[in-house]
Amino acid sequence: MAFFFDLLVNGLMIGSMYALVAMGFVLIYKATSVINFAQGELVMFGGYIAAAMVSLYHLPLAVAVPVLLGSMVVLGFALERGVLRPLVGRNVISVVMVTIGLAQVFQGLAAMVWGAATINMPLPIRLEPYIVWEVFISPINLVAAVASAGFLVAFAYFFRKSRMGIAMRAVANDQQAAMAVGINVRLIFALSWAIAGLAAGIGGIVWGNMLGVDTHLALVGLKVFPAVILGGLDSVPGAVLGGLIIGAVESVAAGYVDPYVGGGTKDFVPYVLMIVVLMIRPYGFLGREIIERV
Amino acid sequence: MINRECGVYQTTYEGDMALYPVPLARYAALGGVVVLFLIPLVADSHQMAIVNLIALASIGAIGLNILVGYTGQVSLGHGAFMMVGSYTAAILTTRYGVPFWLGLPAGGAVAAAVGTFFGIPSLRIKGLYLAIATLAAQFIIEWTINHSPWISGGAQSTIYTPTPTFLGWPINTEYRRYYMILPVGVIAYVAALNLVRSRIGRAFIAVRDRDVAAQIIGVDIFRYKLLAFAVSSFYAGVAGALWTYYLKIANYEHFTLVTSVQYLAMIIIGGLGSVLGSVLGAVFITMLPIVLVYVVEGVAALFGFAYASIADFLANLRLIIFGGLIILFLTIEPEGLYRMWGNVKRYFRLWPFSY
Repeated sequence: MAFFFDLLVNGLMIGSMYALVAMGFVLIYKATSVINFAQGELVMFGGYIAAAMVSLYHLPLAVAVPVLLGSMVVLGFALERGVLRPLVGRNVISVVMVTIGLAQVFQGLAAMVWGAATINMPLPIRLEPYIVWEVFISPINLVAAVASAGFLVAFAYFFRKSRMGIAMRAVANDQQAAMAVGINVRLIFALSWAIAGLAAGIGGIVWGNMLGVDTHLALVGLKVFPAVILGGLDSVPGAVLGGLIIGAVESVAAGYVDPYVGGGTKDFVPYVLMIVVLMIRPYGFLGREIIERV
Repeated sequence: MINRECGVYQTTYEGDMALYPVPLARYAALGGVVVLFLIPLVADSHQMAIVNLIALASIGAIGLNILVGYTGQVSLGHGAFMMVGSYTAAILTTRYGVPFWLGLPAGGAVAAAVGTFFGIPSLRIKGLYLAIATLAAQFIIEWTINHSPWISGGAQSTIYTPTPTFLGWPINTEYRRYYMILPVGVIAYVAALNLVRSRIGRAFIAVRDRDVAAQIIGVDIFRYKLLAFAVSSFYAGVAGALWTYYLKIANYEHFTLVTSVQYLAMIIIGGLGSVLGSVLGAVFITMLPIVLVYVVEGVAALFGFAYASIADFLANLRLIIFGGLIILFLTIEPEGLYRMWGNVKRYFRLWPFSY
């Protein structure tokens, strides 16, 4: 049983990171109806920037983190402005393909600028796991869980209370109505990309510390799809829920099934789960039921 | 091809419905096929290898365009369907001694069955959701093939196949392989051209343009969406099987998500909803890395760099240019190379009296 809880707890912590990345994804989708296939690449890019500053240029973490977050916000704005805006109102496949193209550019660019070798992303935390009731908890997972929980709480507050947050919810709800009451919809579009960039930046730091920073970091993005489908594409709480479930399920499944099939279950089970959800309940657990029957 | 329609009066329905109603266009098309068959006379072995790759890619791209360009169903699982065809052909050939000309349709048929199965979600979901569902198909198929030793042939997931033979002739040079691939390619091209202007093709287009309206005028959406998945996967399966016979090896690494994305890029750059566009896109995407190597090597030689030092740079530059081109085409010329070719044609149609 300890084995099970070990898998479950660590899965949930990984899941909290999925939730963070998935939240950025859902934010973009809600506000701008763009499916962002480059979310994983944004995480990778954030990881690269952070790791390069800390490991290659030997800047202190206190400088690196603000610079990273700032540059991710700028990147988010730039992407919306330069790439996505010409595509407003175009069909699904164009938008999907543009973000896929973006992903390729990021992959090439990151490897070109910082080299293909894995860069370490050291954080000042201890390496030995804490042991709580026979469950091993690695400190970085704990940091990950706390960081994403903090981010989520901050943004829940932002959405409920701040003027800008309420405007973002209005745009997500109905673009034309939002425009009619004088909300600057373009600014909101850009802002949601910036926030997604921010979430990806935090994800990049933590994932980079866990896995080391190279182009494989972008594979995190592929876990986002099961998470958001599970939770509902247009629901931020759903993204959190979906991320946690995916993290837990893949960890438990990998723990029990991997010895029999020789690995890889982690990448497989989330997608099976997702197909099942798509067949039964395509709008996910918390999504709005506006999927038309086709 | 560039031709002028004046002075052509059709007197029969058949004449009017012909694939190329204008005599000059017909001769040009026939001439084009003849030229294709004569390429080996002028090309060396290395160039033939490139032509072969283009022909292979064209078949897959035409298949994907039937699904994405004509029926409007986004698919990110094309590579996986090719993988199914590839392994089917390899298994049939190595274990049951099936000749390649039977392995091709068999690979296509199995891929069509798998593709139809993964097309079922398209009946309930569409657009974004479908893109993600087909992404799942890519991963699930890849994992299943990789983790079943019966299919993938053990640890490396690689099956080596013997040299295919046709009527006792071993197909063992690039030239002979070209004559194995080209007829399939021509059949695939003509079949697609005819399919998309038939009753079925019109139904596909109706589903793409407005599914509700299509249903109202009596198009069975259920059937035609699955049919589109089946046809598209059949093409993919045939292309995958050809890959196996071409490389004499079946390996999942040739058909990953990157492959699916590349095929999507081909049809977007070539032109969605155009058979000729698929081929143009296949030529473009296949030639891109090759041309890039020539250019960068040339520039590097000018500055005295060794090739080894730029190999990494080249791989990354390729990715950047590949992604950049997708973005550029989508923002500037969404209808792709086919539209550009059409513009050229239109300009010369009344040339030099184009007023």
